[in-house]
Amino acid sequence: MRIVCIASLFMLPFIAAAQNPGAPAPGAGNVAKTNAKASAPAQLQQDLTGYWVAFVTEDWRFRMVTPRKGDYQAVPMTEQARKIANAWDPAADEASSDQCKAYGAPAIMRLPARFHISWQDDNTLRVDSDSGMQTRLFHFNSPPSSPGERTRQGYSTAQWQSAALKVVTTNLRSGYLRKNGIPYSENAAAKEYFDIAPHPSGGQVLVVTTIVDDPLYLQQPFIVSSQFKKEADGSKWDPTPCTVR
Amino acid sequence: MKGSNAWIVGAVLLCLFVCRTATAQVEITGSWAARNHESLTGDGLPVDFTGIPLNDEGRIRALSYSESQLAMEERQCQGWPAFYLVQGPFGLKIWSDTDPLKGTVISYTIGAWEDRAPLTIWMDGRPHPSKYAEHTRAGFTTGTWEGNTLVAYTTHMKAGFLRKTGAPSSDEATMTLRFYRHGDILTVLAIIEDPIYLAEAWILSRSFQLSAMPLPPTGPPCVTAYEGSSVQTAPHYLPEKNPFVDEMTTKYGVPREAATGKPETIYPEYRKKIPPLGTVR
Repeated sequence: MRIVCIASLFMLPFIAAAQNPGAPAPGAGNVAKTNAKASAPAQLQQDLTGYWVAFVTEDWRFRMVTPRKGDYQAVPMTEQARKIANAWDPAADEASSDQCKAYGAPAIMRLPARFHISWQDDNTLRVDSDSGMQTRLFHFNSPPSSPGERTRQGYSTAQWQSAALKVVTTNLRSGYLRKNGIPYSENAAAKEYFDIAPHPSGGQVLVVTTIVDDPLYLQQPFIVSSQFKKEADGSKWDPTPCTVR
Repeated sequence: MKGSNAWIVGAVLLCLFVCRTATAQVEITGSWAARNHESLTGDGLPVDFTGIPLNDEGRIRALSYSESQLAMEERQCQGWPAFYLVQGPFGLKIWSDTDPLKGTVISYTIGAWEDRAPLTIWMDGRPHPSKYAEHTRAGFTTGTWEGNTLVAYTTHMKAGFLRKTGAPSSDEATMTLRFYRHGDILTVLAIIEDPIYLAEAWILSRSFQLSAMPLPPTGPPCVTAYEGSSVQTAPHYLPEKNPFVDEMTTKYGVPREAATGKPETIYPEYRKKIPPLGTVR
């Protein structure tokens, strides 16, 4: 009987994981109290930090070129969103010094850009972009009791899930999903998963799955996945300010 | 008697524990609906090879392609290679076949559609066939689990197309798929390599959402019919004669070198070479 008990104890975490694959890895919920950096899954601990360059191998004409007004293909917009997008005025955004509307957390990983991922401290992962010079902070600590001022990058909470990183961002300022004025509201939330794969010529590929939920401007969650290649160093890092066009 | 029962139960539990490494870490079977929020098909215009890192040979062949070839009776049902499952507008119906004695997964199958063959991922450790073995539309695929990620490797595909607009793929092309499940989202990363037509690996990804509505395991049958194409001709364009080569430039402001799949155009620094919105016509 002792053997049965020992075997069962070994199996418990695996049985639990199999029942809910989206659930945090065993112990993941407690990382904020300890050290998120130290408790990262081995795969991510070694590979996630560094310089990453976007491969723009899909949606090229929506990402590398600013699409024209009215070109909203594949985005499940509400009628209200369409009206706002139809009134997009890049000159007005420039005049109001609001050039970074398309560089918010729900959209930034889809931009043609390089990203530098590093640990700001033991419980905060920092993601900088060269395009738009934005900074995102992924907090493994518990969120603050009051959300504070809304920002372009919002407030992101992070947790390890198996061999992936899950990030949820809220408290956003409204912005654009694409540069041609497709809006998301301040009530939008972005859920992201970061996964790593080997690149066939060496190094790694980062896959970021982004799910944007916006009850006001999206008829259903907007789901895209973007991929990046790890670069040896920051020699191609090219900080440039946000642009509207 | 009590003692022997305990030994049996213990042995079964230990077996389950040991066998776990060889079986699925997460469940990927079911109906995964396409959301199509990314435009991966890229077939809106005849010359759209954006995002595909074609080499010069691939580009020349791609520009010689005429979509009127699909009107030829012998090509109407040729279908698309396995790459199409991460590009086409359809969802994925995935099921498994299990060993009735061991309970282990022998294979996963991703169902077909009218123009896409079913893809079977063999999980039982069988090797890929000889390089002289027959090549098929779906190719031959083996899979392994790396933690919670299913990794599938496909070889032995027939020569075909990387994209429906005519970007070619050779019969030496291979594809590595990685399936990441996060709750009700399944993200599939595809790494496509082709030593004949690609300058570097073509890497793309697509996400699907778990659906309570069952997807069909197969599409409607493909039936050929006369569509006005003469049996004596194979529609094509001679070098420098493709009339659609600048259509992406005039409609969307996409430079010709990007529309024709120059490898450097997939990296962010290329954006600096693109004139701002409204200046390219």
